[in-house]
Amino acid sequence: MIWEVFRQERKGQPFQHAGSVEAPDFRFAEIYGREQYGRRGESEALWLVPREHLSVVEGWADEFDLKYRRVDGYSIKARLKEARERAESR
Amino acid sequence: MNARSRVEVLLELADDELILGWRDSEWTGIAPLLEEDVAFSSIAQNEIGHARALYELAARELGTDADALAFDRAPDEYRCAPLVELRRLEWARTIARHWLYETADEIRLAVLKASDDPEVAGLAAKIDREEAYHRMHAEMWIDRLLATEEGTTRLREAIDELWPYALGVLDGELRLQLVERVRGRLPFDLPEVEPVTRGQHTEELRELWDEMTEVRRSAPTGAQW
Amino acid sequence: MDDQEFLEYVQAGGQVETGDWMPDDYRAKLVKFIEMHGNSELMGVLPEREWILRAPTLQRKLALTAKVQDEVGHSQLIYRVVEDLGKPREHCLADLVSGKSKFHNVFHYPTKTWGDVGVIAWLVDAAAIISQKALLKCSYAPYARIMKKICWEESFHILHGRDVILAMVTGTPEQFELVQEALNRWWPPLMQFHGNPIPADDDPMYQWRIKSQGNEEARQQFLDGYVPQMLELGLTIPDPALRKRDDGVWEYTEPDWDELRHVVTGHGPKTQERLGFRRLNHDETAWVRSVVLAEAA
Repeated sequence: MIWEVFRQERKGQPFQHAGSVEAPDFRFAEIYGREQYGRRGESEALWLVPREHLSVVEGWADEFDLKYRRVDGYSIKARLKEARERAESR
Repeated sequence: MNARSRVEVLLELADDELILGWRDSEWTGIAPLLEEDVAFSSIAQNEIGHARALYELAARELGTDADALAFDRAPDEYRCAPLVELRRLEWARTIARHWLYETADEIRLAVLKASDDPEVAGLAAKIDREEAYHRMHAEMWIDRLLATEEGTTRLREAIDELWPYALGVLDGELRLQLVERVRGRLPFDLPEVEPVTRGQHTEELRELWDEMTEVRRSAPTGAQW
Repeated sequence: MDDQEFLEYVQAGGQVETGDWMPDDYRAKLVKFIEMHGNSELMGVLPEREWILRAPTLQRKLALTAKVQDEVGHSQLIYRVVEDLGKPREHCLADLVSGKSKFHNVFHYPTKTWGDVGVIAWLVDAAAIISQKALLKCSYAPYARIMKKICWEESFHILHGRDVILAMVTGTPEQFELVQEALNRWWPPLMQFHGNPIPADDDPMYQWRIKSQGNEEARQQFLDGYVPQMLELGLTIPDPALRKRDDGVWEYTEPDWDELRHVVTGHGPKTQERLGFRRLNHDETAWVRSVVLAEAA
């Protein structure tokens, strides 16, 4: 069984995918995960998941302009300049 | 500390850990599974690390250093139990010895942790905390071997062979505790045998010592490496 | 995507993941390259582990054990990548011990003294790290990712090697001689290590961006970095023709490329003995793998 290993480097940081180990059950996966991804004290914690329990999601429709949901969908420079100029002349 | 001197107690434990760690490190690079190779190598390194800490404590009292204690004594001067001296590059025997030793060591360390010598008690506690992980590993392997017929057969053969040596790791009341634990854990009977006690060494220790000290002896005592 | 589009994609810096479509040739070359790397880590431990048992201080024993442990750990990471590309670990190991697949030249040679331990950790690992750093940009992302961990772990190996060497060159005259003698023996394989110079246009590994550096570039980097380190210790490099030109390029006696080919095709001084050892070890421990991977009773 292949177990995917996610590791957290320091408390507060996100768990990131680090690699995988082959192990028949959780007890072996834990020992092997601890060793490959923590024997130097480089990990705060690990998440171990059998690969078969992971579901992959990919591919988003990219048909229409959705920039209004992001910062780069807003350009206020020109209007801001105009507003400041008008304020000065009042 | 009681009848035996502090130095004797420290050296006995240190020599056990050194020689066992040395034997366990023989698997680095050739263990049955790559993942297990990495795991078992850490265990071997931990044992050497324990030996080093124990030697350092004894060395202060003796006016020497850890390396001198580890390498520069004659084979007869080591106080290790014959169990750890055996060269058994066979996995069932390795696991059986690993488990038997860790079980005995837990019993021994419990006594040392309660010592009224704070340095010894403190170091014993540190060693014990690291060995909790070794015990976890050993137990996992015992369960795995016992889960198949082939594993059980091989484990039984290994235990049968090593049991007399395992009995020699501890004395008296502590030995009885070991017997009780091992009996309670394994689903088969233990052979009725005489213990191979400490105080005698195997030919294997001599061979190990020759190899272990080969490079060191090639330069004058005190040479740096 | 077709082959041409894929080529343009990787040459523009595109990354490939395990499940992505890839040309058959790319996949085949990738597997062979990465498998050879895994094989090399696994064969490299054999000469080194002999010295674990003879390390002359507790510190050196710990450091060397940890180093060899890392090499085994690297082979685990590498074979996992190969397996996810479709070739199971057991097949890789079978091809290795049967002599069908290859491993790097340096691991076909004997080690003779503690001097070799220092030279291997300092210089052979240094040569390897140069290649490995170039692989950080490999177009195949899972391999690039493990290279990051591998490079990080290798950094202590080189320091350990240098420390071993420094202790010896500042020790007794006999110890200095051990280092010099080891360097004399390891120099030719070191110069062959990065492979014969192939123009980038003719190197499919570079075209596919599996490697991002040519063989000669790697060798020049090695000489740039490590010749000064050797000379400053008073060591003699056993190539009288070795010199750095005004334009910064190192000249040296042309390595024996026939010897390199001869060695990596299974005819090195220690090849058969080491493969035989691995084969025996693999057979003897087969029962353990079957017990571990068996369904629980």
